[in-house]
Amino acid sequence: MAATVSDSEITKSDKYSILLPTYNERENLPIIIWLIIKYLDNSGHDYEVIVIDDGSPDGTLEVAKQLQKIYGSDKIVLRPREKKLGLGTAYIHGIKHATGNFIIIMDADLSHHPKFIPNFIELQKKHDLDVVSGTRYKDGGGVYGWDFKRKLISRGANFITQLLLRPGASDLTGSFRLYKKDILQKLIDSCVSKGYVFQMEMIIRARQLEYTIGEVPITFVDRVYGVSKLGGSEIIQFAKALLYLFATT
Amino acid sequence: MTKLLEWLSILSAFFAVWYSLVGGYVKHKLIEENMKLIMISPIIFIILFGLYAVTVVLYRVLTFNDCKEAAEELQKEIIMAKKDLHDKGLRW
Repeated sequence: MAATVSDSEITKSDKYSILLPTYNERENLPIIIWLIIKYLDNSGHDYEVIVIDDGSPDGTLEVAKQLQKIYGSDKIVLRPREKKLGLGTAYIHGIKHATGNFIIIMDADLSHHPKFIPNFIELQKKHDLDVVSGTRYKDGGGVYGWDFKRKLISRGANFITQLLLRPGASDLTGSFRLYKKDILQKLIDSCVSKGYVFQMEMIIRARQLEYTIGEVPITFVDRVYGVSKLGGSEIIQFAKALLYLFATT
Repeated sequence: MTKLLEWLSILSAFFAVWYSLVGGYVKHKLIEENMKLIMISPIIFIILFGLYAVTVVLYRVLTFNDCKEAAEELQKEIIMAKKDLHDKGLRW
């Protein structure tokens, strides 16, 4: 019985630190924060939002400061950096200042909707998972704003990746995920890629290190403000990372 | 074992079987009668697998869920958020 008591105490003290790396997200930041607050206050979980702005010239940080005044510095934590550095280092920077025992990472551009966060948390609790990843490719998930070509590249790349790497997760390049804090730290330490393929390596390393991975279907609404990018250089980056992981993991 | 090594070991196992048939190391009437088919079987296999891949990928592209409702819901929430944040004194 003692175990049950301490379990519920642990549950009670669970805290979720949401990391929002931003670069020129002045338009989106207030809205994503408003949505996070709306859905997390409603779910009753303890949380904080850590904004890691990489010296955006558009004044994202100024807006973030205003938001901090409105919602309080216990909810909105600002950890800006001088200039644009890698995504991996942004996460490390965020983890250092995170007071939660779970870390949620998501994009600030409104393509990831905070309404799914309670689903991530529930699934994690149910199976005590190390990682919960959002997926656009499973029942109930999907994308909005993609043309045929974009869908073809996405599905084709996913098919080849599944075939070669058998990662045990359906969405490898997505970046809407929940991690146990210590596990995220270990994963980042074991990753070598930069840029968006970093997300793929994280999930492959998680499989390699035999962490448990769960999946939550998410809808992905492509950038409302700003331009979404998928060019030749992204595809080459992806192919390189795929071959690297194929040969080394 | 890395994924690359897994692939290489399975491919070489198949190659060994195929080569022993084609090279005449295993003798049987059935093998001799179907030699042409055995010779080209790797190519047939690759073509079939290619067809399978194209079919699966195209099927998944065509059935990729277009979450229109999610986009509409988000638009509504953006309007609500802007109004509420404006009322709270945010200017941006």
